[in-house]
Amino acid sequence: MTKFETVIGLEIHAQLKTNSKLFCACPTVFGQKPNTQVCPICLGMPGVLPVINEKAISYGVQMALAIGCKINARSIFARKNYFYPDLPKGYQISQFDEPFSEHGEINIETKGRGKRTIGVTRVHMEDDAGKLQHGESPEDLNSSFVDLNRTGMPLIEIVSEPDMRSADEAVAYFKAMRDIILYLGICDGNMQEGSLRCDANVSIRPVGQEKLGTKAELKNMNSFKFIKDAINFEVARQTDLIESGGAVIQETRLFDPASGVTRPMRTKEEAHDYRYFPEPDLLPLLIPDEMVEKLRTELPELPQAKRDRFITDYKLPAYDAGVLTASQDLAAYYEDSVKLFDDPKTVSNWIMGELLRLLKESSKDLSDSLVTPEKLAELLALIKDGKISGKIAKEVFEEIFTSGKDASAIVKAKGISQISDAGELEAIINKIVADNQDSVERYRTGKTKLMGFFVGETMKATKGRANPGLVSKMLKEKLA
Amino acid sequence: MDITELTLSELSAKLQSGELTSRAATEAYLARIEAKDAKINTYLTLCKDEALAAADAADVRLKAGTDITPLTGVPIALKDIFCTDGIRTTCASKILDNFIPPYDSTVAKKFKDAGAVMLGKLNMDEFAMGSSNENSAYGAVLNPWDTERVPGGSSGGSAAAVAAALCAASIGTDTGGSIRQPASLCGIVGMKPTYGRVSRYGMIAFASSLDQAGPLTRSVEDAAILLQTMAGHDPLDSTSIDAPVPDYSKTLKDGIKGLRIGIPKEYFVEGLAPEVETSIKAAVETYKGAGAEIVEVTLPHTEYAVGVYYLVATAEASSNLARFDGVKYGLRVDEGTGLLDMYKATRDKGFGAEVKRRIMLGTYSLSSGYYDAYYMKASQVRTLIRRDFDEAFKDCDIILTPTTPSAAFKKGEKTNDPLTMYLSDIFTISCNLAGIPGISIPCGITSNNLPIGLQLLAPSLEEAKLFRAAYAFEAATDWHTKKPKL
Repeated sequence: MTKFETVIGLEIHAQLKTNSKLFCACPTVFGQKPNTQVCPICLGMPGVLPVINEKAISYGVQMALAIGCKINARSIFARKNYFYPDLPKGYQISQFDEPFSEHGEINIETKGRGKRTIGVTRVHMEDDAGKLQHGESPEDLNSSFVDLNRTGMPLIEIVSEPDMRSADEAVAYFKAMRDIILYLGICDGNMQEGSLRCDANVSIRPVGQEKLGTKAELKNMNSFKFIKDAINFEVARQTDLIESGGAVIQETRLFDPASGVTRPMRTKEEAHDYRYFPEPDLLPLLIPDEMVEKLRTELPELPQAKRDRFITDYKLPAYDAGVLTASQDLAAYYEDSVKLFDDPKTVSNWIMGELLRLLKESSKDLSDSLVTPEKLAELLALIKDGKISGKIAKEVFEEIFTSGKDASAIVKAKGISQISDAGELEAIINKIVADNQDSVERYRTGKTKLMGFFVGETMKATKGRANPGLVSKMLKEKLA
Repeated sequence: MDITELTLSELSAKLQSGELTSRAATEAYLARIEAKDAKINTYLTLCKDEALAAADAADVRLKAGTDITPLTGVPIALKDIFCTDGIRTTCASKILDNFIPPYDSTVAKKFKDAGAVMLGKLNMDEFAMGSSNENSAYGAVLNPWDTERVPGGSSGGSAAAVAAALCAASIGTDTGGSIRQPASLCGIVGMKPTYGRVSRYGMIAFASSLDQAGPLTRSVEDAAILLQTMAGHDPLDSTSIDAPVPDYSKTLKDGIKGLRIGIPKEYFVEGLAPEVETSIKAAVETYKGAGAEIVEVTLPHTEYAVGVYYLVATAEASSNLARFDGVKYGLRVDEGTGLLDMYKATRDKGFGAEVKRRIMLGTYSLSSGYYDAYYMKASQVRTLIRRDFDEAFKDCDIILTPTTPSAAFKKGEKTNDPLTMYLSDIFTISCNLAGIPGISIPCGITSNNLPIGLQLLAPSLEEAKLFRAAYAFEAATDWHTKKPKL
């Protein structure tokens, strides 16, 4: 039987976090009342003209630079013509054969294929369409409504090469792009609200065949899970189709999250002829070298570079580096903490273990946390100096998290400092040894596992405050 | 004295000297419109109350002597293609029959800010598509010189209203000759500035890369005064040129001694009416007499101009007119059962035949599989036409041609033959394709008492030179003083 290979390319749309729309001064706030964030320009009223938002260009260029694209000094806006009620002008202003940037790439980790480079064909700029709402009027369920608040929002479209070979790789690529976008701060990355979305071109071909199979374009996948589910469904559908003697037809398919299937939206024959032509209302977009170089110097350290640096500089495992660089805030928090307490792996353990757990449990953001790097470092110093045990420290950490008090103040108030005074422990251990003579005998006859029992008893008697190392050492001497 | 017979600059002087009030001038025009416009159908919307209120406000300023411009209190009118805040703007189309813009076009705003009185909105070919003003959804405009004949188009209402003294001056738009051709057929001055010299914001688009607003007046000086007000960079129009606007009146009367006037041989072709040719030749002599040097120039790609124009202009129009879909404003015809039915019914009932024809032509030339052969090829030839002018202007300062092949033709004469109609713009189209400024001025009267126009073209942003050359001819002749008897 023929073995098939999956081929996937993604088109990612990211809404840029500018204050105003791409071609007019309307605000870009999400979730306003329908049709309140509009003006004659984004409503496509007669005679109005677009004026490009400079900030959107800067954001677009930064993204293109971050993924290694070449910036075209001169690019052209083009009209993409089609009729739909959410498109007031009757055309979208996009870029077609002369986009502002081309030829980039990013690396992803794959399962089974190692580190892979995924090519980026182009990044171009365009304005968004509005939204239709169907049947929400109580008096007429068949009516449709148009909300044009989103019309004219600035978007960049990032088009990949067909370099991905599985749904997991597609998700890994999309996640990597999302991380970069978030690091640059050019888009809020919110997939539910639609500010970050993607379409997937999916096809299969017999392993070893060069020529691409006929693709289906999948739409409406607003979460990582849906992307994965939609692609996996589509690959299975196409495989079944070909194996049963059928053929894939080129079409656009919508993913239905409720049923987990993709359904045909329009075939190639029904596809629009967009009649692209240069937008005569805008001059060619000129991006001077000086602007590109300035933006290049303003680029932040990107996720991949930061991860690599964490592994090298802090000798962290790849896993830790990945978790700690998930956001710039967390990475900065980590680095600030390490500056104050120079034990990178311990700091990593506490952030990944305690801090992230508590943030998740309380649904808080890092910025809401009362555990500052200073407070964390103080706590870790208390452990290191043997002032408190690790176990107690976790309780102290929780208390800092809720109250924001200093670790030493909590320790003092609660009287939970570690007992590292041999004299103080001597009496307690003597009493335990005296009270458990049976066990002492058995230990001395070879049941050394009972050491755990003695340590446990000591900890119990000191409410966990005894220095575990010292306790073990003293018990060994007593029981010898 | 009949106030309505004064040129704009004469009227302006009398308003400022206190000899006349703006109210008196406005009332005189309103009365004449009332009496005469039924014969030629130039006004689509008359703004009587607004005009009188603006006139009174202007009179207050004129009396106080504050905030006065050459246009303060002067009654003018706008082609109904310019959006006017709170005033119906139809573009002479049924599809915008009920459209009242909530914004002013930059041109309308500039005249408002200059204190001009807007009498109303003028008839035109629907969406500026036509050369005879027979394509208006609100009836044809007729030529005041002979009401059996057309006034030209698409700014036919703007030209006829000025010729018939139904406003002191008007503003039109010119995509392929739509100011100059009707100005020629109505015996007045019509000027198309350099592409980008005047903001297109709020001017309903026909062909965005060609459209340009300009004045229609009874004298060259009036045209210079109006352009002075209209011209300049507009942050709302990315294609408007960011260059200083010279003082056109200052150099207007400097004379043309040593000016090199180029005569392109390609413009004296078969189909040029003998009377027109005779007038143009006489005009050349007049220029010689005024001290100009006459040189022959060549514009070798002229024969392709009409073809290029009807590919580029219709392509852009097919896209520009997509927004008229019944969803947001204007006409909606709710027939059938779904969205597609609504689109079809609205656009079928809303657009006239010529508009539909051009939408189809443009859609075709942009379609996948035809784009390279039509739209793209046309864009390339357009570059060649632009280069023709660059080359020609190395040998001359101004180019002189006829404005139209013949004087005003009869109503209905060309309506059944769009191609013949398209050829009436043959001398004016290249100027738009090249983006350069052009002006048409009166240069003769035919044996059956119809005006003949002369076209002057100049390099980009050389409007001052154009006005100077036009003024020299006007000063040496009296064709501009001839008036129709309506």
